[in-house]
Amino acid sequence: MSGDVVLRVENLKKHFVVGHTGVIHREPITVKAVDGVSFEIRRGETFGIVGESGSGKSTIAYITMGMYLPTSGTITYDGRDLFAEKKRPIGLKKEIQIVFQDPGSSLNPRQSIKQILELPLRIHNPHANRLEEVIRLLDLVDLPPEYMHKYPRQLSGGERQIVAIARALATNPSVVVLDEPTSALDVSVQGKVLNLLIRLQRELGLTYMFITHDLSVMRNLASRVAIMYLGRIAEVAATEQFFSNPQHPYTQMLLSSIPVISEEEEKLKPAKVVSTGEIPSPVNLPKGCSFHTRCPYVMDVCKRVDPVMVDVGQRGGHIARCHLFEQPPEVAQQAEAVAASQEGA
Amino acid sequence: MSAQTPILDIKNLSVHFRVYGGVLKVLDGIDFHVFPGEKVGLVGETGCGKTTTMKAILRVLPTPPAVIPNGEILFKGQNVLKMSERKLLDMRGQGISMIFQDPTSALNPVFTIGQQLEAVIRHASPQNHRLSRSAIEQRARLALREVALADPDRLLNSYPIQLSGGMRQRVCIGMALSTDPELLIADEPGTALDVTIQDQVLRLLQRLVDEKQKSVILITHTLGIVRQTTDRVYVMYAGNMVEVAPTKRLFAKPAHPYTQGLMAAVPRLSGGGISEGIPGRIPSYMNPPVGCRFHTRCPYAMPVCERLKPPVFTVDDEAHQVACFLYDAPDKVQAYKQEQVAV
Repeated sequence: MSGDVVLRVENLKKHFVVGHTGVIHREPITVKAVDGVSFEIRRGETFGIVGESGSGKSTIAYITMGMYLPTSGTITYDGRDLFAEKKRPIGLKKEIQIVFQDPGSSLNPRQSIKQILELPLRIHNPHANRLEEVIRLLDLVDLPPEYMHKYPRQLSGGERQIVAIARALATNPSVVVLDEPTSALDVSVQGKVLNLLIRLQRELGLTYMFITHDLSVMRNLASRVAIMYLGRIAEVAATEQFFSNPQHPYTQMLLSSIPVISEEEEKLKPAKVVSTGEIPSPVNLPKGCSFHTRCPYVMDVCKRVDPVMVDVGQRGGHIARCHLFEQPPEVAQQAEAVAASQEGA
Repeated sequence: MSAQTPILDIKNLSVHFRVYGGVLKVLDGIDFHVFPGEKVGLVGETGCGKTTTMKAILRVLPTPPAVIPNGEILFKGQNVLKMSERKLLDMRGQGISMIFQDPTSALNPVFTIGQQLEAVIRHASPQNHRLSRSAIEQRARLALREVALADPDRLLNSYPIQLSGGMRQRVCIGMALSTDPELLIADEPGTALDVTIQDQVLRLLQRLVDEKQKSVILITHTLGIVRQTTDRVYVMYAGNMVEVAPTKRLFAKPAHPYTQGLMAAVPRLSGGGISEGIPGRIPSYMNPPVGCRFHTRCPYAMPVCERLKPPVFTVDDEAHQVACFLYDAPDKVQAYKQEQVAV
């Protein structure tokens, strides 16, 4: 794995204000969509982010794109803070592009494929020969040049998503954020899109932030995986490690809940951790570890103290946020103190 | 198994839609049956006609534009397509219940769970109509308790928006079972939910139908769900039933090229990369391909596939049937060809 870090996310938080309490003591009610997330993405890798709906994975994507500003924390691209200036410089915008989940709504139905692909060119590469560039982009994603005169509704779902990928590549980016790129597609066409993404990454040296809720897709595509639960990262590991040796109880529950289609896969699932309970509302997060309401190994400490990230791997790089793993004493003490002060307040 | 009479028996059913510019030939002569107490899966991709089939069973297809040129649907021996309104109401009330994909849109947001659940119980049958309010409330409470929802009294007075997605789907399951139907149709019951919650809901559904010995039709496009929940599976492609087999056998030895392609396309938890999937796309229902509807995408397509619609052949034994000329037994195909020529 090539070592240098392209994208570094540090203690990222995004709290949305959804209402206010009281009339006299007016305090905002917030949804902690992303609540203290840190990770780094290395050049040329596919970093997977998995999580259930409402876990904050798309919010991270949108912050990376600059569609939201973070409440606190930061993201750096090649050492440059993405939020240093009020408006993101065009040179930085060009480097990070996104492919959305549903190509039906991310492509303008009233524009031809040519017009769709021309817009990023017009902004980021105004001197290029646009027609040539459009043909080159279509060729890059294996679509015939005649397609430029078609409209999105004339294409199948898979082809539409391929056009969305071509549009993301129009600015010649180095990082592409893929926000559930295949979850709107049927399995029989999903493979074509995923293989295209793999080929493009190899040919163009792209770095992917790949967001999905489908762990089986993740297993085959990502080099490292982070799993999110209610705005926090529960576990990060290299893909092999993540699937062969999941540590966090939530990861185990998730893996044992996936419906699979062969005995071989059934054997790979961890011993059944029966899924229980409901996902708590992100407006009203439980105290302590946010997973304690559903955790089969819940202890007293989980209900009071929020766990910290602990390296659990033999060779490092496998990080889980759970009290089951021995926390370094000074960190544990600190966490206890924070919890106690919060209780006093 | 074959000694029993099926509770639901669909024979050679076709459903067409007359639309501006032509006729959409969606269902093209499908056969489908469910035995009492059996859990049957119906798998296929978006737009293959799964939901149309179920709507035809309940006779809730809007006519026009839908027309049913041929076929019959027998529910407990009675033809649904020829039933009177009165009998239809009985069948929908006590015979067949349905669980929808998205519990949020299946429940009315402006009525409480109690109002909706009690209305379902009250209108299920003429006898229930005469029950007292408290008796109906009692049954509603029981229905909620059955789907493992704690505190039914509070729930009865809650609105759908106050519940989580998983709880809403449990309410829908409770509602579907509250009338004690003989057949339950579950249309993608977990798709709108998260994986861990989906797992809970499916396990609950499975436990309840096993306890109560109900027949179930589970419609889904996720092969994994079918594998862990059903006894027998039908595979559907572009309005045709292409294969039916006991679940275990289908997953061990898929026979139809479409089923094989579909299984190969599913990304595996064991790794091994991503398969290319099936080339091409689902054909238009306006002008479906002549012959086998899959031949345009089939890696084994033969000249005969472009001319004749494949009849059903058996693989190994009667339980495993496939509509594909690759499993052609010479004598059968001869008779079939003559029949086609005569038509």
